[in-house]
Amino acid sequence: MNILVSVKRVPLTGGKIVLTDDERAISTRHLGFTISPHEECGCEEAVRLIELHGGSSTVLTLGPPEAEEQLRDMMAIGIDRAVHLFTDGPDEWDPQATAQAIVEAVRNEPEPPDLLLFGNESADAGNYQVAIRVAHALNLPVVTGVKAITKQDGELRCEQEVPGGRDVYVVPMPAVVTVKEGINLPRYPSVPGRLRAKRKPLEASTPARPEPRLEMVKLALPPGSGKQAEILGDGADAAPAVVGVLRDLGLVNA
Amino acid sequence: MILVFAERSEDELYRQAVTFANSLANGDPVQAVGVDDPAGYSPDGSATALAQVIRDRAPAAVVAPGTDRSNEVLAHVAAMLDLPMAANCISVTPGDPLTLTRIRWGGSLLEQARLHGSPALLTVAPHAVAADPAIEVDVEEIPAAPGSVRVAERVETTTAGVSLADADVVVSGGRGVGSAEGFAVIEELAELLNAAVGCSRAVTSAGWRPHTDQVGQTGTKIAPSLYITCGISGATQHMAGCKGAKKLMAINSDREASIFASADYAVIGDLHEVVPAISAEIRKTRGG
Repeated sequence: MNILVSVKRVPLTGGKIVLTDDERAISTRHLGFTISPHEECGCEEAVRLIELHGGSSTVLTLGPPEAEEQLRDMMAIGIDRAVHLFTDGPDEWDPQATAQAIVEAVRNEPEPPDLLLFGNESADAGNYQVAIRVAHALNLPVVTGVKAITKQDGELRCEQEVPGGRDVYVVPMPAVVTVKEGINLPRYPSVPGRLRAKRKPLEASTPARPEPRLEMVKLALPPGSGKQAEILGDGADAAPAVVGVLRDLGLVNA
Repeated sequence: MILVFAERSEDELYRQAVTFANSLANGDPVQAVGVDDPAGYSPDGSATALAQVIRDRAPAAVVAPGTDRSNEVLAHVAAMLDLPMAANCISVTPGDPLTLTRIRWGGSLLEQARLHGSPALLTVAPHAVAADPAIEVDVEEIPAAPGSVRVAERVETTTAGVSLADADVVVSGGRGVGSAEGFAVIEELAELLNAAVGCSRAVTSAGWRPHTDQVGQTGTKIAPSLYITCGISGATQHMAGCKGAKKLMAINSDREASIFASADYAVIGDLHEVVPAISAEIRKTRGG
């Protein structure tokens, strides 16, 4: 089977977000980059499915030239090849434009994918819709928020976590599936894996960016908590003060 | 007219969505519809039915709660009708184009945006809008349309002990715990407080705890009365999962850790010394 996983390069935000002067992006001067956690699990799932059933895996991103770092990372854990759609300039691509670029890229694939994997939502924008739009454009079934995938002949059994249990969907391939973190525990790239990744094929192109219909104007930090923490003490000596608080909250009775 | 898509299992979030719709309606009527599907949930089946209502009634906007399911159904509608959609909004100003504020990074960042398309498709971030208690809107059941994807089976899971999402007290460990075995002190304190054990993403990535224990943007969202973090620095990924906690007690050896900016109570020190001392003090207080 052929699997294509879409990923997005996002900053590793750490504890405090700082915006650029124009308030249209996160200042990344001191930050590293990664891909959204759900998508990292999507890549791991693709590698596992190919290990089990044979075939080929592709990782795709729509992002700046620097996103090659993330494509190589995913090839280092076992993805076979990469498709890089360059974004030209700092302007964001809205979900419709992103989906359209991915659809065009999928149509241009030499072998049509049997399974298109996405993260359930990106870590940064979190628009919850790109995969569903891609599925409609390609006339494919789509299951979202999946925490387990089993291939049974030409079908996929997909389990989605819901309160109190799991809902099971069975869909024929080709299909689109969005996954959530927890579906697997992604492996770390090995040194030989990193070396192999440098030589794996990467095809790049530059799609045109349509005008956004969900147009980001600017970003803002939410109002702070305004909290001033009460310091209960240093080290083990703080224990009586901690238990005092727990008593006040009704959690410890003498 | 503003149309609200109602998910019957989500009463409180539905009322929040209606409150949000009222802020957009400016006196215009608000109608609520829900999809009744005896054959089981079908995302594109629900969306096909909703899209037909939208074509027939031409609302100015469609509003739904920002749950997994409503975000999914509205995204299907958006694809079917070739319309833009904004997920997890917290406020909206009518106009052409309509302007809105929505959350990013699980609520750690806000985005101001313009939406070019009509009707506007909007979901409302859970617990971002206070539901008006006086709201009474009848939900009209509309029949589902056939869908290509449908729930085939429900597997019930039984969880032992206190569930993380519903726990009244949660004690979590982070990278500072150091190992899977290191969680013994966290578990001991949790047991004394009848609390659920949680952890940060660094811990699940290291394989020390299962992902079901992870609190965060891509893990479980919690809302306990008291949240105790041990050796957690306070990355946005983690804080997005515990915004619902009423009180936060942070234990960390780094007094500059960002978690202290969100904490109500702070203990500066090595959790491997502090946590066992707290457990011992609780036992002493209880006379055990």
